[in-house]
Amino acid sequence: MNASLVKRTLAAVAAVGALATGMGAAQAEDVKVGFVYVGPIGDHGWSYRHDIGRQAIEAELGDAATTSYVESVPEGADAERVIRQMAQTGHDLIFTTSFGYMNPTEKVAKQFPDVKFEHATGYKRADNLSTYAARFYEGRYVAGVIAGKMTKSNVVGYVGSFPIPEVVRGINSFMMGAWSVNPDVEVKVVWANTWYDPGKEGDAAKALIDQGADIMVQHTDSPAPLQVAENRGVLGFGQASDMIKFAPKAQLTAIVDNWDSYYVARAKAVADGTWESQDTWGGIDSGMVEMAPYTNMPDDVKALAEETAAKISSGEFHPFTGPIYDQAGELRIAEGEVADDGMLLGMDWYVQGIDAELPK
Amino acid sequence: MVRLEPRRQHSQAMVYLSPVLAILMTLVVGGIIFAFMGKNPFDALYTFFILPINNSYGISELFVKATPLVIIGVGLAMGFRANVWNIGAEGQLTMGAIFGGGLALYFHDSESILLMPAMFVLGALGGAFWGAIPALLRTRFNANEILTSLMLTYVATLFLSFLVHGPWRNPEGFNFPESRPFPDAGLLPIIFEGSRVHLGTAVAVLVVIAGWLLLSKSVIGFQLRVVGKAPQAARHVGFRQKRMVWFTLLLGGALAGLAGLFEVAGPIGQLQPSISPGYGFTAIIVAFLGRLHPVGILFGGLIMALTYLGGELAQITLGLPNAVTGLFQGILLFFLLACDVLTKYRIRFGSIAAKGRTA
Repeated sequence: MNASLVKRTLAAVAAVGALATGMGAAQAEDVKVGFVYVGPIGDHGWSYRHDIGRQAIEAELGDAATTSYVESVPEGADAERVIRQMAQTGHDLIFTTSFGYMNPTEKVAKQFPDVKFEHATGYKRADNLSTYAARFYEGRYVAGVIAGKMTKSNVVGYVGSFPIPEVVRGINSFMMGAWSVNPDVEVKVVWANTWYDPGKEGDAAKALIDQGADIMVQHTDSPAPLQVAENRGVLGFGQASDMIKFAPKAQLTAIVDNWDSYYVARAKAVADGTWESQDTWGGIDSGMVEMAPYTNMPDDVKALAEETAAKISSGEFHPFTGPIYDQAGELRIAEGEVADDGMLLGMDWYVQGIDAELPK
Repeated sequence: MVRLEPRRQHSQAMVYLSPVLAILMTLVVGGIIFAFMGKNPFDALYTFFILPINNSYGISELFVKATPLVIIGVGLAMGFRANVWNIGAEGQLTMGAIFGGGLALYFHDSESILLMPAMFVLGALGGAFWGAIPALLRTRFNANEILTSLMLTYVATLFLSFLVHGPWRNPEGFNFPESRPFPDAGLLPIIFEGSRVHLGTAVAVLVVIAGWLLLSKSVIGFQLRVVGKAPQAARHVGFRQKRMVWFTLLLGGALAGLAGLFEVAGPIGQLQPSISPGYGFTAIIVAFLGRLHPVGILFGGLIMALTYLGGELAQITLGLPNAVTGLFQGILLFFLLACDVLTKYRIRFGSIAAKGRTA
């Protein structure tokens, strides 16, 4: 093939392509937003809250937006195909809502430069790939303060998912909150090695209560640990959504993920053509992290919790304020300083005083 | 009363027709379910079964998804024919991925073209090793291989989880539970540019042909069939059943291990806690859907793969829940088993009284 033929062929292909995209735009003025979930939307936790955010887009933008989702997508070879199918079926904006989707999202984003992608809790960005997450550790500090006040056995049971920075950070923050009001609190951690498996999560909670825990904390997505707490007559915290209806007598509060306003804003940005790649890490002040109503506690504890949350929200107090030592006794954050985001995002050490070992 | 009476002769044609019938009935029932859910059944079935493969990318993805199912299914079918019930292909797959993938991690700076063949060998060995344990327990201690192979699956997945959380964790991965990415030399070459169809898919086709030749042309294939169909006769003519147990579990394990290696060295590209959405278990359905015949398994694997892809598209375009995938797979298996029963038995009504007198 000679050069001019190549050029003509390319021009023809480009023309057809332009025609096709032109037709697409004429057909669908609205923004098409897709979501990929790691769990079922009925998990009452992580994926459920993302789906509430999806519904917020539909409610807020009305006819200007259509949304779709795929649930329980394994974080393996299948994720890439699902994300790609969404890009191929005319979605303008695609949210991939689990860490394990990072590499496939990045790969598909490269192949579809005109589609906008948003990946939750990851660290890889591109011109058409944003990242977003929430500072749940702020809520965990508040929960820690409550736990420190409420525990009688001074043993907190913690159901962890995976020992990744997000979860380790949460344990550290929770325990520093607890020690701020009660230095005798200790924590026992069980790693469930899953985000969503009600059976396993519940078994972990039972084992922890058998070891004397009278406060149940979880970093997994189903209400199972909290339900176990309810049945065994101990207290606990909801995860990701307000789980009070699963544990009316046990839930102290819940750290609620609220993606609604973020999702609505990003969908609107695509509609206006103002969407830009960015990294968002919102805390209590942004509304991304909410505390469910404080229940099953005396008024003074409630007041203390509200005050703590307000101080964190206003920026007056940061949960990771030095001096903070790690388990080996090394000074990680100097007196009077606060942890920077880089340190928080890569946190793979326990603070001094936690009597457990991180799985290595 | 209704009872089942064995047919003296069952139609050979029906043995092959029953999967087709089962698929047709699945379509009809599926359509009815879609109608009840307020969807146009024709649109929904089109979305589920045609839309996923109406473009070249979709077809390529079908191959990617079917590859592990076919490879594992052929291996399992050999054992099922000889009444060796290896239920632990998922674990053998995982061990293959660990062995073969471990090599890629050890030589993560390598550019050698020998790396990939070595990974093939280790992947197959890993799976065969995991199949050898139930074989040993069965031949030495007469332990039921259904239980041992199934339970070893959990051991294998926990072992993988331990490795990627601990010693094999990516040092640059922020403590996230996943290994380093494999080096380019440890990634399967792509056969069709722009798709994810990798060398493993070609191997799957070879496995089908080799499996067919083994079953129909070789002595050991003949022995497999006899041991399965007439164990007494097999003993009588001196076929050693222990050898069949070893052979089928090693072969099934090796193929499952190879399939696991292909997943991690193909579409995934690294080791992570979950590498298979249950291919080792789905392959059992595939093996029976394909009548335990390698060529049938090829088609069975493609159909099963299609239900996964269709389930994803039904979610994206129709807003149906993920459960629809499992529902279709379940209906299909139900009708397949029902057709098989009716091929081998006939239904008799109202003969309970006659039976009662003899009792």
